[in-house]
Amino acid sequence: MKTCDYPAYTIADLIKTKQISAVEVLEDALERIRQVDGRPGAVNAPPAQTEEDLSTVHAFTLVAEDYAREQARKIDQLIREGVNPGPLAGVPYTAKDIFTVKGVRSTAGSKILSNYIAPYSATVVERMEAAGAVMLGKVNLDEFTYGSSSESSAFKPVPRNPWDTSRVVGGSSGGSAAAVAAGEGAISLGTDTGGSIRHPASFCGTVGLKPTYGRVSRYGLIAFGSSLDCPGPLTRNVTDAAMTLQAIAGQDPRDATSATVPVPDYLLEMEKEIRGMRIGLSEEFFRVTYFDAESMELVENPIDPQIQDAVLSAAGFLAQLGADIVTDVPLPHTKYGVPTYFVISRVEASSNLLRFDGVKYGYRTSQSFQDLPELYRKTRGEGFGIEPKLRMLMGIYLSAAQFDKGYYQRALKARALIRQDFDAIFDPAGKYRLDALLTPTAPSTAFPIGSVYGDSVLMQYSDQLTATTDHAGIPGLSFPVGFDREALPIGAQVLGPDYSEGNLLRIARAYEQVTAGEDWRSMRPPLVAALDS
Amino acid sequence: MEERISREDFQRLAQLASLELPEEEAEYLRKELNNQMISIEVLESIPIDAETGTAAHGLPYTDLNSASPREDITRQDPHRQAILDQAPELEEGYIVVPDISHQELE
Repeated sequence: MKTCDYPAYTIADLIKTKQISAVEVLEDALERIRQVDGRPGAVNAPPAQTEEDLSTVHAFTLVAEDYAREQARKIDQLIREGVNPGPLAGVPYTAKDIFTVKGVRSTAGSKILSNYIAPYSATVVERMEAAGAVMLGKVNLDEFTYGSSSESSAFKPVPRNPWDTSRVVGGSSGGSAAAVAAGEGAISLGTDTGGSIRHPASFCGTVGLKPTYGRVSRYGLIAFGSSLDCPGPLTRNVTDAAMTLQAIAGQDPRDATSATVPVPDYLLEMEKEIRGMRIGLSEEFFRVTYFDAESMELVENPIDPQIQDAVLSAAGFLAQLGADIVTDVPLPHTKYGVPTYFVISRVEASSNLLRFDGVKYGYRTSQSFQDLPELYRKTRGEGFGIEPKLRMLMGIYLSAAQFDKGYYQRALKARALIRQDFDAIFDPAGKYRLDALLTPTAPSTAFPIGSVYGDSVLMQYSDQLTATTDHAGIPGLSFPVGFDREALPIGAQVLGPDYSEGNLLRIARAYEQVTAGEDWRSMRPPLVAALDS
Repeated sequence: MEERISREDFQRLAQLASLELPEEEAEYLRKELNNQMISIEVLESIPIDAETGTAAHGLPYTDLNSASPREDITRQDPHRQAILDQAPELEEGYIVVPDISHQELE
């Protein structure tokens, strides 16, 4: 098993007590990557073809071996000098390739940034380094984070699910979830705009925490929807998520939207008991809408009973621990989450994507061009994949005066109503007075690679249970609650009021402890378990 | 079914987005955009009263969670050279661009 599958907190302890060195831990992680990851994603590379390609994870776009060794050696040097390198001393982590890391290629999974070397590091990356963590490399994602399966990346092969390599990893932080699940680093930094941390976390059986908007700085994050984007951790256990949030949360003068609210001690918060907490269940989160491409209609169905049962069983465990489970909690605007997201995220994305032009940095067309507009059109036509193109075109359609039908204004009002739904259920003086809402994270478990990709509406509806959280700006934490009949992980999420990450960690930690002896807890991804035999 | 985004609309959008697109790709993108409009039009069915305001952010920004504006002072960016080094074409510290054609505004 080596140290690859150890929790981050155990690794940091072993290193600080000199039982193992940071370099040894790093070498374990690099060996694991060689064993399970296969070819790293690359632009213009063929998709998965060979037997080996089809049975490996492909989480990475870049393994930064030299960079990581230098960091690990520094940690070991500090330990020898008797200096505490920080709470995450020597813990190997990966960063979704949407974060800039100084001197390291930072691509957003796009051809248009495939040669971009960031001149500065994201605040979260700096904070991970300050906490002693060691960055193994960059992990794959949907291009510019646009998607829910990580299949839209320009870097091929795209990630494959460690629990079943014929399945998607979810997205857009799919490389992050896959890497963590496969023991390629204990922690990964992801981002959540419509569910992009929690969705892949549920598909890959990991913990994924989307903090309150502004709790974590967006500086150095290649922007998608600036009013929605939220960096956060993916980990194999709740304690590691708490430790990571502790390291990266807090105000940043370089991001004016980062909150000045003090950061609590999440490890202390997490260990408090949940007796007396009020946890809600809402019918609206046990129904799912699908886009039927045949009839061109949106169809509503009950969620897969296996997912419903797993979430209700989790509620049962929480009740055993003394939580009050409150049923029939109304969130009537939930069904508008995706339509609202289609509008707001596209308008913001189109604005953010106009900066990539082949002039200042990144990819430039090799065709000849007569003038600047032609350079733009050719560079952008070649450099962007399908998803960024769709999002730009839709964003412009929805915001250009020429086509304006008032959808953007309407979506901003829908967003206010979605927020009011949550305000009402969390209001301490209201009817429900909830501390948290418990829901399934995704409308399905991991679907087969290629089965949804290409249908941009059906794919977007994969975010229907997560998108309202982002609209409202509130925090959400996805955690594993079992497996379906095909041995694919099922995730549940807890959502809470602004800055209530401590409560969410507490609930997930209590559940993790009370289910520690359950059979499914000992399950491991087949390709990881196979390494022992 | 009525198409929300016609071929003509699409050409205008591609122009505004500065995208040169092969015909086949353009038709696929247009089909997907029209499908997406089916979902977006659901927004028309939300009952919204005159009092409902717009939310540019989910959570409100107040004195309790936001910093006061920083001082408006000039600073030399420490990354100047690293940023310039990324440009495909550079001349004496300036980024080179091709001709900027002049066009009549509509």
